[in-house]
Amino acid sequence: MNLIGRGLLLCWLLAAASLAALPAAVAADLSFPPLDGRVVDQAGILSPAIRAKLTEMLARHEAETSNQVVVVTLKSLQGVEIEDFGYQLGRHWGIGRKERNNGLLFIVAPNERQVRIEVGYGLEGVMTDALSHYIIQNAILPAFRKGDFETGVLAGTAAILAGLQGSYQPMPEQTTAGDWLGALPVLVIIGIFVLVFYYRFAAPAVRHLQYDRSIGRPGEPGYRPPRGGVSAWSLFFLQLVFQILFSLLLSGGRGSGGSFGSGSGGSFSGGGGSFGGGGASGRW
Amino acid sequence: MRILGVLPRNAAGLVKGLALLSLLLLGGCGVNDIPTYQEQAKAAWSEVLNQYQRRFDLVPNLVETVKGYAAQERETLTAVTEARAKVGQTQLPANVVTDKNAFETFQRNQAALTSALSRLLVVVERYPDLKSNQNFLALQSQLEGTENRIAVARRDYIQAVARYNTELRTIPGRWWAALLYPDAQVMQTFTIEAEAQKAPKVDFGTKK
Repeated sequence: MNLIGRGLLLCWLLAAASLAALPAAVAADLSFPPLDGRVVDQAGILSPAIRAKLTEMLARHEAETSNQVVVVTLKSLQGVEIEDFGYQLGRHWGIGRKERNNGLLFIVAPNERQVRIEVGYGLEGVMTDALSHYIIQNAILPAFRKGDFETGVLAGTAAILAGLQGSYQPMPEQTTAGDWLGALPVLVIIGIFVLVFYYRFAAPAVRHLQYDRSIGRPGEPGYRPPRGGVSAWSLFFLQLVFQILFSLLLSGGRGSGGSFGSGSGGSFSGGGGSFGGGGASGRW
Repeated sequence: MRILGVLPRNAAGLVKGLALLSLLLLGGCGVNDIPTYQEQAKAAWSEVLNQYQRRFDLVPNLVETVKGYAAQERETLTAVTEARAKVGQTQLPANVVTDKNAFETFQRNQAALTSALSRLLVVVERYPDLKSNQNFLALQSQLEGTENRIAVARRDYIQAVARYNTELRTIPGRWWAALLYPDAQVMQTFTIEAEAQKAPKVDFGTKK
């Protein structure tokens, strides 16, 4: 039997066998808290008022920039360093949009006295290690050292959001000069269509309406419709041109307005973003 | 043997043609697992290289900054520079992930740089002026972050290779390899000894 024949036999046997086989369960060494909002207060160090305020800040930031930032406090790091825990938690929850990896976790482990800003792949250029480190040292740790977690978390979140926004370039919403240049070929084509339409159909029709003595009025004996008069074809053509024009206008007006339906009130979930260990940690 | 004629001439040919079609469509028997895992492991390896390169690029600035404040630590600084030079000089063959010797050399050189850097960061603890220098603090946090990224990239690579190697060595994958992918080779992975070389943990003098 040749190669393909053997391959087919093997494939059929294995496909049949795999119907009965169970998928291999991936053993998770760490257990992660459920993602029940933008603020996951497992350690219970934040009051409801602070949680609501943080949630509002984070939701507004996501609405403006699409960056997903989650504040999480952990009861226990389960025996690993916060660097090991952070990126795995971020990947487990999938914080940030999948195609942008623009998630960020602000992790506080009060019992181990460790804090970390875990930055998704896509935000590493904005929230650099140095900036994360600076925020931890200057906005977060002074309050934490006094045992004031709420102030530290609030100041830290504000600093993180400001840092993200400071260098963040929002996507252009209105068409700019560059977009007009990009649309130039389309405009030229539309122009040609309009000219062709005018000379081929509209102008003869107008000439016809202006009535030409040599041809005669419609209905009179000897009348001949002018060359290229208004016909069913020209109406069809006209409709086609306008349809193309309208669809171009509609598609050009909207850029890339991806839908991301996680408002402040609704349920919150990660978008599948990934993490690679960017960010900084602090201990106090 | 003729299997995919434009028109199968007999019933057997028709059956085989349909079977081949289903093979291409389904892939549910794991025929694609080896190339898939191989590509994933290669991508993970690229990320490892990428992060090591990032550290490599960071070292000269760090050395220069430390030199400005602690020039008398010549021995430690030279050790870092030499370890970095060694990393830079070693040519990585294209098949480094399947070549045991090349892989071990790579690992040894990078581990030497890791330990030289961690010694440097211990030494700088003695220089309060340096430790309050903003430029140094930024570089230090970048190095710390890069070491952490290296650790993550290595762990991802280890996992990807483990899956690929397991597929290659266990039964259905082993058959597929023998049949369709005779070139697929087991990939090298980081060993425990090097894994025990911890990334430099930098305290900022505030830890109890």
